[in-house]
Amino acid sequence: MKLYQQKNTLTERRIKADKAADSKVPEGLWVRCPKCHQLLAKAQIDDYGNCPNCGAGMRISARQRLKWLVDDFAEFDQDLHTNNPLHFPNYVEKLEKMEKAAHLNDAVLTGRAQIGDVTFNLGIMDPTVIMGSLGTVTGEKITRLFEDASQNRLPVVLFTASGGARMQEGILSLMQMQKISNAIYEHSQLGLLYLTVLTDPTTGGVTASFAMDGDIILAEPHAMVGFAGRRVIEQTMHTKIPQDLQDAETVLSHGFIDKIVERKDEKALLAKLIKVGGPND
Amino acid sequence: MTKAMEIVKKARSDDKITGRELIAQIFPDFIELHGDRLGSDDPAIIGGLATLNNKAVTVISTDRGHSAQERIARHFGCPTPGGYRKSLRLAKQAAKFHRPIIIFVNTAGAYPGQEAEEQGQGAAIAQNLLQLGNLPVPIITVIFGEGGSGGALALACGDRVLMLTNSTYSVLSPEGFASIMYRDSSKAAQAAEIMQITPESLKKYQVIEEIIPESANHNQTAETVKTVICQQLKELAALTPAELLAKRKQRFRQY
Ligand SMILES: [Zn+2]
Repeated sequence: MKLYQQKNTLTERRIKADKAADSKVPEGLWVRCPKCHQLLAKAQIDDYGNCPNCGAGMRISARQRLKWLVDDFAEFDQDLHTNNPLHFPNYVEKLEKMEKAAHLNDAVLTGRAQIGDVTFNLGIMDPTVIMGSLGTVTGEKITRLFEDASQNRLPVVLFTASGGARMQEGILSLMQMQKISNAIYEHSQLGLLYLTVLTDPTTGGVTASFAMDGDIILAEPHAMVGFAGRRVIEQTMHTKIPQDLQDAETVLSHGFIDKIVERKDEKALLAKLIKVGGPND
Repeated sequence: MTKAMEIVKKARSDDKITGRELIAQIFPDFIELHGDRLGSDDPAIIGGLATLNNKAVTVISTDRGHSAQERIARHFGCPTPGGYRKSLRLAKQAAKFHRPIIIFVNTAGAYPGQEAEEQGQGAAIAQNLLQLGNLPVPIITVIFGEGGSGGALALACGDRVLMLTNSTYSVLSPEGFASIMYRDSSKAAQAAEIMQITPESLKKYQVIEEIIPESANHNQTAETVKTVICQQLKELAALTPAELLAKRKQRFRQY
């Protein structure tokens, strides 16, 4: 722990120095940590996407996560696209732009994954596509991920990252919560393992459905995990709420998360948990 | 004001029929049962036993309360995690004894408070969707005012969702939607229109099965609700538990 903090301090100094030196670098090369609000040069963040200042896992795309998470991956359902059910103006254009940047259709990447000799179905929500919100296509991809896992008797690992419902798809976004829950129920009835990893941020309708349904629920350090947004809670209660109310560590202390795991340890832990935590036969 | 916003206003009106009125009128022999058996008894959720045409049913309803004090205790009808856990406990009990479940919903949504977060509001709703939504007995929900977000879905995850004429069902309040999408909560009327939250729109999207005509006379409204529930129950009672669950799964699989 000491070593870890020390490393952060060094990195912090380096960033401060670089910031002064590179003050004219275009905005696209900089990113702000959502936890400690430190401005960071993208080049200094490793593939894990950990903030060198505070250690929190930054919001990274599903493709970037895939790079270090598994040994092999075969993607599902790359051809699904929203039909814009509410005919929401400018929505499809906005979505397509984000999809293109993330190399992904809608807000979740799904497929068959392998770590060593362990095979499982993997879903990774992508916070860079409309905040990982739960659109109809995201809901459909996750549902199919479970249906395929049920058919092939495989465990499911799902990385959640979501601002909640997809506003542009209204009530049909809400319906995804139940559609997915029913697919999880069937998978669970077959005695198969479902493991969730809550990443920053896991909120709203995603927290209120499949994020909290895992047989085992892991979370990344300092990930925001909650149902209602901070602003809504404070407006309702007419008072400030503790800064760490929705930190994964706090949520764990209230009994809703099994274990906090750092990104560099996820691959090994997932393989181990799938081997030990699933069906005993 | 848009037509949708007019319905929003009527859905929120103080003249609206209440859950207690619906229960008293439709289930005069209702016996209230309390508590989630996990340490709380949320007054925003009423639940209990009753008979309908001489057959036992489990009845669950949100409750906003009357007096100012009651309303505050009930968070104006926004259930806490304990409320959802109470509803799940009673629903499981219903399934154990093969009783249909009738649910009345009028809630702006799940209560967004600090304690609710600490007690796992998300996890509580998730358990309702997972477990209540898969119980092998008929589940009919009537939305009679507001049906707000996951907090409403947690009580509307069964076989039939019916709505009174002046009620809404939405992913978020029009005000909340407007403040997120237009950065201007005063554009709520515009939001209400595009969100498709009226019974008529929701029926078109096949999110609900039936619209129940509403009268200014509460007794008459309750009678109509009773007639529709009886009709729907009759249809559902003809199905085996396996058929019931298969149809329910298909109901949500289409979205
Ligand atoms: Zn940071």
